[in-house]
Amino acid sequence: MSAAFRERLSRYGLLGPAVLFVGGVALMPVLYTLWLGFRRQLPIFGISRFAGLENYRFLLADARFWNALAHTAYFVLLSVSLELTLGLAIALLLNQSFPGRGLARALVFVPWAVPSVVAARFWEWIYNSDYGVLNYVLGTRVNWLGDPRWALHAAILADVWKTTPFVVLLLLAGLQVIPEDLYRAARIDGAGSWQLFRHITLPLLLPVILLALLFRTMDAARVFDLIFVLTGGGPANQTETLVVYAYKLLYRTLQFGYGSAVAVATFLFVLTLSLAYLRLLGRAWQTHGE
Amino acid sequence: MGLMLSFALGPFVWELITALKPEGQLAQLPPLFPARPTAEHFIAVLGAPGFLRVALNSLVVASFTVLLAFVLGVPAAYALAKLNLRGRQVILGTLLCLSMFPAIANVAPLYLLFIRLGVRDSVLAVIVAHSVFALPFALWTLTNFFQEIPDDLYRAGRIDGCSHLGILRHVVLPLAAPGLVSVGLLVFIFSWNEFLYAFTLTATERSRTLPAAIALFAGLHEIPWGEIAAASVLATLPSVLLMLLFQRRIISGLTAGAVKG
Repeated sequence: MSAAFRERLSRYGLLGPAVLFVGGVALMPVLYTLWLGFRRQLPIFGISRFAGLENYRFLLADARFWNALAHTAYFVLLSVSLELTLGLAIALLLNQSFPGRGLARALVFVPWAVPSVVAARFWEWIYNSDYGVLNYVLGTRVNWLGDPRWALHAAILADVWKTTPFVVLLLLAGLQVIPEDLYRAARIDGAGSWQLFRHITLPLLLPVILLALLFRTMDAARVFDLIFVLTGGGPANQTETLVVYAYKLLYRTLQFGYGSAVAVATFLFVLTLSLAYLRLLGRAWQTHGE
Repeated sequence: MGLMLSFALGPFVWELITALKPEGQLAQLPPLFPARPTAEHFIAVLGAPGFLRVALNSLVVASFTVLLAFVLGVPAAYALAKLNLRGRQVILGTLLCLSMFPAIANVAPLYLLFIRLGVRDSVLAVIVAHSVFALPFALWTLTNFFQEIPDDLYRAGRIDGCSHLGILRHVVLPLAAPGLVSVGLLVFIFSWNEFLYAFTLTATERSRTLPAAIALFAGLHEIPWGEIAAASVLATLPSVLLMLLFQRRIISGLTAGAVKG
């Protein structure tokens, strides 16, 4: 065995198992879902045939799909903008030095580590219309999760609670690499704290802000656990998001073909949003990055 | 500051208070705090045979998902970081794309596959499913960590005639140990908290994990709020404790995957 051959063999040995595994359990299923999207597959009726674009044509006319898309878009827009605003404020606060900062940081990150199913259980209990602490504190008697006007907003608040820490964490990491000298120099030139924020912090933090935006948007567009446990998509499908709808098609009614088409549409939605952000991100790096 | 901390901790603390309330007081507000806290709900949850089984499943799934991510991920990340392979960019790009797919886009094929192989409702099925997201994440982040190890050390090892496995063991692993800890902790927490795969691929307590069990928690007649609260608090403890104890490592893992990527 030549040395060169042995070298090649060992390289394949290092990389091969992981590539095969990812290909087998991550890539292949995705390709199979694409394929299922072109099929009519209803095991309960024994139907399994190629259907071309039938599912996608049906999808375009499916009011429930558009409904789910609108809820998802609303959820993404509101939760991500709240998370970013709140996250930025908290990150700026935690970037100051004060006694007990380490502890405050540790505690702020706790919600991130809570499983989302459990987070949903926490909030379900807070929102409970009869015994919930929210109604008690506000002195109201609102059925937060049962009222179509409130239910999606209730889910958004729970999501903000659970994921703002992640935004804080990224932004804090970004804030810590801004050189202190810049602030000192600007202060000598007589800049006020708003000017410091506006002309130093914000532009230098912009790439990290966009990155946080990208991650959060990708995740929020795929929201499932929280809504599934909180409302199950109700009342009257008023909180049903794309993934919740796809889940119901796949596992409640076993429509593997059409369910897969909705899953693919969800992916396309996430992809479109991500590409838009990546473009912005690329531009931000060019202008402000090193 | 106080506002921020009470928003962050409030829901958790409220759930804990609920879990400590005697059954009769659950439906009463005020009082906010129980006059005499009780452990009855915790005892009921821990005493139920299903709960410990499900907690054990969660532990097994999360541990083996970490193990699998390391066994497959460490050598591959080393190859991606240090050997100028030709397909490197393609592989890294594919990993990034895969992380954009919603889990719902590959859960149906896995579900059908596991049924055909007769392993649905087994811990193994959940471990494999969790590796679908754990391995690409581990590969991506470990590659970033390994790239920080100076090339000189790698070259010195090669000149001394070390094999790749030798370099990996004696140079890369000791230097990247903190990074490995970060990735291990994150994969453990992701797997411990994961719901969609665990929920669809399991059917009984043989393989169900804590999030799936907590989502399904229902009483025979009325909703057992006290027990749900106790089980929720218990299910949260491992990942929250890891977060509090190893905060530094967890944050560096998350930012290594993100900020440099």
